[in-house]
Amino acid sequence: MTTNSPSKVHVTTTINGQQHELLVPPYMSLLDTLRELIGLTGTKEGCLDGNCGACTVSVDGRIVDSCLVLGAEVNGKNVNTVEGMATPEGLHPLQQAFLEEAALQCGICTPGFLVAAKGLLDNEPSPSEGRIRHWLAGNLCRCTGYDKIVRAVQKAID
Amino acid sequence: MVATFEPKTDYKVVGTRPIRHDGYDKVTGRAIYGGDMKLPGLIWGVMVRSPHAHANIKSIDTSAAEAMDGVFAVITGADMPKAPSKLVDLGEGNINFKWASNKLMADDKALYRGHPVAAIAATDRYLAEEAARKVVVEYEVLDSVTNVVDALKPDAPIILPDLVGDDLGEDVTNTNMAAHVRHEFGDVEGAFASAAHTIEREYNMQMVHQGYIEPHNATATWDEEDRIKIWTSTQGAFPARTQIAGILQVDVSRVKVTPMEIGGGFGGKIPVYLEPIAAILAKKSQRPVKMVMERTAVFETTGPTPGARMVIKLGADANGKLTVATSDIWFEAGANPGAFIGPAAMCIYAPYEIPNTRIDGWDVLVNKPKVAPYRAPGSPQVAFAMESAVDELCEEAGWDSFKFRVDNASKEGTRRGDGVLFSKIGMEEVLEAVKECDHWNSPLGDAPEGKVRGRGIANGYWFNIGLKSSANLAVNADGTVQLTEGSTDIGGSRTSMAMHVAEVLGIGAHDVRPTVGDTESVGYTDVTGGSRTTYATGYACWLAANNLVDVLKERVAVLWDIKPDDVDFNDGAFSSKAEAAKSIDFKELAGKLDDLGGPATSTGTVDLESAGDGFGMHIADIEIDLATGKSDIIRYTALQDVGTAIHPSYVEGQLQGGAVQGIGWALNEEYFMQDDGKMANSSFLDYRMPTSLDLPSIETVLVEVPNPLHPYGVRGVGEVPICPPVAAIANAIKDAIGTRLYSTPMNAGSILEALK
Repeated sequence: MTTNSPSKVHVTTTINGQQHELLVPPYMSLLDTLRELIGLTGTKEGCLDGNCGACTVSVDGRIVDSCLVLGAEVNGKNVNTVEGMATPEGLHPLQQAFLEEAALQCGICTPGFLVAAKGLLDNEPSPSEGRIRHWLAGNLCRCTGYDKIVRAVQKAID
Repeated sequence: MVATFEPKTDYKVVGTRPIRHDGYDKVTGRAIYGGDMKLPGLIWGVMVRSPHAHANIKSIDTSAAEAMDGVFAVITGADMPKAPSKLVDLGEGNINFKWASNKLMADDKALYRGHPVAAIAATDRYLAEEAARKVVVEYEVLDSVTNVVDALKPDAPIILPDLVGDDLGEDVTNTNMAAHVRHEFGDVEGAFASAAHTIEREYNMQMVHQGYIEPHNATATWDEEDRIKIWTSTQGAFPARTQIAGILQVDVSRVKVTPMEIGGGFGGKIPVYLEPIAAILAKKSQRPVKMVMERTAVFETTGPTPGARMVIKLGADANGKLTVATSDIWFEAGANPGAFIGPAAMCIYAPYEIPNTRIDGWDVLVNKPKVAPYRAPGSPQVAFAMESAVDELCEEAGWDSFKFRVDNASKEGTRRGDGVLFSKIGMEEVLEAVKECDHWNSPLGDAPEGKVRGRGIANGYWFNIGLKSSANLAVNADGTVQLTEGSTDIGGSRTSMAMHVAEVLGIGAHDVRPTVGDTESVGYTDVTGGSRTTYATGYACWLAANNLVDVLKERVAVLWDIKPDDVDFNDGAFSSKAEAAKSIDFKELAGKLDDLGGPATSTGTVDLESAGDGFGMHIADIEIDLATGKSDIIRYTALQDVGTAIHPSYVEGQLQGGAVQGIGWALNEEYFMQDDGKMANSSFLDYRMPTSLDLPSIETVLVEVPNPLHPYGVRGVGEVPICPPVAAIANAIKDAIGTRLYSTPMNAGSILEALK
């Protein structure tokens, strides 16, 4: 099980709307696949055991901790990361609201929160504060105490 | 002579809420944090760590790892330069290079679980980890001690055999006691003898971690000229350089530290852990080496803040006047000396005026990671003891605990427990704000069936620090200004710095483009810590901007062919003292500089002795399920004297974040130690930090009492808010269930036990 092993997995996947053809070591996480093979470092490493949410991405519309998914598992799937949220027309409303509400301090958890919050709003256009707090409970933030994050998500709904 | 400033109110930029300059990069994933660093030819480093909390290292066999394809370097303690035992001030705590070096890589003895014993550099992280598993280490396991009581027993295993402890100035050997300090004022014994009410209690706190989401990281190169470059997440590039150079035994000018974006620190990213090791691996492999720490190691080997045993005794007269206080506090230092007993002594009695006081503090070694600063290091511990004891004294005497806090509040001229006299402080203004705030004037409300509710309050205090900061300015032809400053930006400080400059120059916050400089692009700047950044680096930015005005007056003088002394500057415009009609604003002048002498630049540097003390009070409402002991914080308000809030949103954020860290400390967080010295809960699953679901909205009240020591009245705000929560929640739990808890965490299990 070394990187010198000849057996890599052939993966064709769509990341932020763009198709990628990759040879992924079978043991490599989706997180490392994004960060090391593709160079998308917006998705962050916090714990590598699925407990902090900093590496949250969406796979076929479902949010996952990319440290707990193998790169080989996203063959044929649609992966979306924080880098795919803004468009040439401008920031996603959640990104704009995070800026206006000062919903980040250090910012390391921000990509994960944004992807997770988008996962909520894509399916539930107007969640209550309780629903937002419940949905985001898989993402840890140590700086803000969450208040301004919750306000930002509420602002993005409006 | 310390400069003082009159309060102002007519600000144009200060007090507004512009979008932070680095915000766009941080919401789009473009911002480059330490872990995102890439260089051509980069390889990965990993540590081999001791599985034992205390063990002699008999032998290390690295041959199998070295023989692997793709492994470029393997090092052990033998590769570490022998750093001398020399104490250096890092701004928030000291560092001794010998201990700091030993903390990064064990010599002949592992002193805590996870203590590095070797390091490996290989083509990628997976291969490096595989090679690490092939390093064979033979240990002789020793008994370990993980609390202060056991560590001071006569038969305790000695952690550092060559430690010479300092017991009130006397040398002590063969001990785990690194230091014992005392501060005593007035007639303590006489005051207790004449006190109408006295109380004595013991409080205990478990060690907790800063809990930053970004793990430690470092990328290093070491070139043929022996120049070392480091890219890392650090709270201070210059103090990191001091440590790296000291541990590697090279001149500071050989080391260039580039501070990357940083994913939280709270004090824990002041010490270096990986940087010197990455540099040695880079030298040996002749390749750039990157290291990222795994989360288990973050818990087991970095941070944390001391666990504490505290015995406190208070005495008051019949009229409710606090007359005397004594305390004995034992703090865990971890495996090297340096618990925060000094700051604890400064903070413990600070919110109160007490004529007779004594504090004894002990710095005690245990087989745990060496402690690091954590947001007001030492203060939350003693606040838990003091603020709980104050409530207990009031309960015993039948007094209202808020009125007692008002009647005994410290003010200008009050003497702190370590002897320092307060200048202008805002303790009384904070208490006035409590009386007026909505939370204090709202009823607790009825608990649902099967639950009870309680409310608690507590004071918090941090002294704040000033120290050294530097800033450079350069004018662009389009009327904007480049700002390069030395303070790591952990929570929006770049924007506060830019606002200082913009206010002086009469331009917008976004007309100033702030950059955090590396150690070769700006003057020495101390850590982002001690609540000093907006105060001290902001002050340096203000100075730089004023110096720039002086430079520009000379250019205006050339333009109008008058003397620089005859040029005025007000509200962003230069004018002639002689001819009122002659005027040019900053932006217009910027476009003409090429014809008036070329680039206009300036610098500002400060070394500030005092900073102005910070006080706050928190109000916590808790609801407890009688069947399970589970608690919910149902309302929470943080009130604090913040001086002048430069960017109120980020000041509120400091209060909210600090309060929530304190709530976690109170209710859930602890280093759960096994008998063999291993931490049983070294993951974010088992080390339970608050989530969004656990909390209500944290309400804030910014009490603005301008600090006379800063041109805009800024007072440090970051650390006070972690001081009150543990005691406020302890007092709320007592109010709810009628039983007091004396140790943290006050989790469901301990509440249920108290309900029995």
